[in-house]
Amino acid sequence: MNTREISDLAREIRIQILHTIKGAGMGHIGGDFSVTDILATLFGSVLNVDPKNPNKSDRDRIILSKGHAAVALYSTLALRGFFPVEDLKTFAKPLSNLNGHPNRNKVPGVESNTGPLGHGFPIAVGTAIGAQLAKNGSRSFVIMGDGELQEGSNWEAAMFAGHRKLTNLIAVIDRNGFQQGSPTAKTNELDPLDKKFESFGWEVCLVDGHDYAALHKAFTDPQTKPRVVIAQTTKGKGVDFMEGKAEWHHKVPSAEQYEAALEQVGKQ
Amino acid sequence: MSEKIEEFDNRIIFAKTLIALANEDSKIVVVCNDSVGSSNLTEFRDLFPDRLIDVGIAEQNMVGVAAGLANAGFTPFVCAAAPFLTGRALEQIKADVVYTRTNVKLCGMSPGIAYGELGPTHHSIEDIAWMRALDSLPIVLPADEAQTAEAVRWAANMVGPVFMRIGRYKVPSVSQGQSPAFIPNKAMRIIDGSDVTIIATGTLVSRAVAAAAQLKVEGISARVINLSTVSPLDTIEILAAAKETKAIITAEESVTRGGVGGAVAEFVVQNHPIPMKLMGIDSFAPTGSATFLLEHFGLTADSIVASARELLKHGK
Repeated sequence: MNTREISDLAREIRIQILHTIKGAGMGHIGGDFSVTDILATLFGSVLNVDPKNPNKSDRDRIILSKGHAAVALYSTLALRGFFPVEDLKTFAKPLSNLNGHPNRNKVPGVESNTGPLGHGFPIAVGTAIGAQLAKNGSRSFVIMGDGELQEGSNWEAAMFAGHRKLTNLIAVIDRNGFQQGSPTAKTNELDPLDKKFESFGWEVCLVDGHDYAALHKAFTDPQTKPRVVIAQTTKGKGVDFMEGKAEWHHKVPSAEQYEAALEQVGKQ
Repeated sequence: MSEKIEEFDNRIIFAKTLIALANEDSKIVVVCNDSVGSSNLTEFRDLFPDRLIDVGIAEQNMVGVAAGLANAGFTPFVCAAAPFLTGRALEQIKADVVYTRTNVKLCGMSPGIAYGELGPTHHSIEDIAWMRALDSLPIVLPADEAQTAEAVRWAANMVGPVFMRIGRYKVPSVSQGQSPAFIPNKAMRIIDGSDVTIIATGTLVSRAVAAAAQLKVEGISARVINLSTVSPLDTIEILAAAKETKAIITAEESVTRGGVGGAVAEFVVQNHPIPMKLMGIDSFAPTGSATFLLEHFGLTADSIVASARELLKHGK
């Protein structure tokens, strides 16, 4: 996909997120919108994955550690053909395969049952080591929220990946600056995040998390170390009244807000 | 008794079996937490340096990495001291291994009060209750060398998560040449009897066997069941014990609340209630060696005999 096509995919993902969350009356819309362009770039032009053969052994692994952004992942997977877009309507409905957090055993394309924070990073370290042992060229990506980096398990994983010099691993931080209740800087400051990762043996790539070309480059440039892509993002990206507002972590838009949001997103 | 009974450290046969399996199957890997020595894996590391992944002292990462390796098509054996594996990484076990249903073999080394004088921080008496609470996780407690070898081989060949305990201190053989020594999902009846049933696990099995011998002298016929698989519970064998004998004693090196005793009692009370006595370790241990602590908590053949007498007296 070229940048234009990725942008089109991102727009469609945001529209599906809006439909899905409105239909279910629940979801984490702020974090879904901040991670949308990252997912669109990865699934549009980076990942070696095949919706017709989602478990092929040499596929690239993508682990959504911020499992609460399930609707963003579901929308992306559906639009890329892993399952029918129609299924998104079942999100969070009784007995749906589409739980509030993703389930590998129910949804093609999901690699691990995430939700509790700080779980995806160690798993991605494991898939990266596995790919090196199997020598199959598979790459591993883990997408984390920034607030999630307060979990100690991530730093166990970061230390070990640096030690093993895993050049087939990329950790993506959706750096929207907010956690559930308030800005990360007010809760438990993460900066200087770049220096933290550098000191753990990582190469650091600071990018605008809504710039497709910059994201693509960060995801595909050759590596000599494990790489962290610190993607500066805006929580609620794409809808002006949601952008940068903590309350849109898991607020559901009203009928008027939904229409207004749809209109804004549709023009992008 | 003057004859010295030969005893075995299950970790030795565990490592031997893993090496044999690794020779047969290139997908077998080990993940550990600075526990190469304590898990007896030095030889494995020397033979397969790339296939032993030592994450250092980081249990959450250890279990997550194992889940990732399983996702990548490998069969990881996580080898770590049972208290740290099950306590520190409980949520990783729940979400990344059991809920995701990854093919990870969780091997709790040196479980129960094996670490003796090191104290309750290093004892693993809660692990069985914690693991039992997880949906459909097989829990295997090999009692001796033969069972350990067969259980490890079974775990490697089945697809899905398993938790098993690998004992530290030496224990005598209880299988006595029985073949197979271990049958998946089955309780092993090693002595038949009609008055009382002793359901024992792991290190307590040999003590249950000794208790049965003493009871026989007193004219009490004791059945001994080695419950080497706690989950899924062999309900056919337990129901038979409840129907065919007058009382059930459970003996385990762990808390009975939610432990082996809890598992058996939950079934018995709902299906065929009979008098029971649950013997285990229900409090943090004082200072002492493993041998001392087993006596301290009444986990001896003599105490099992006394419990049997007491139960049968009340049952009359």
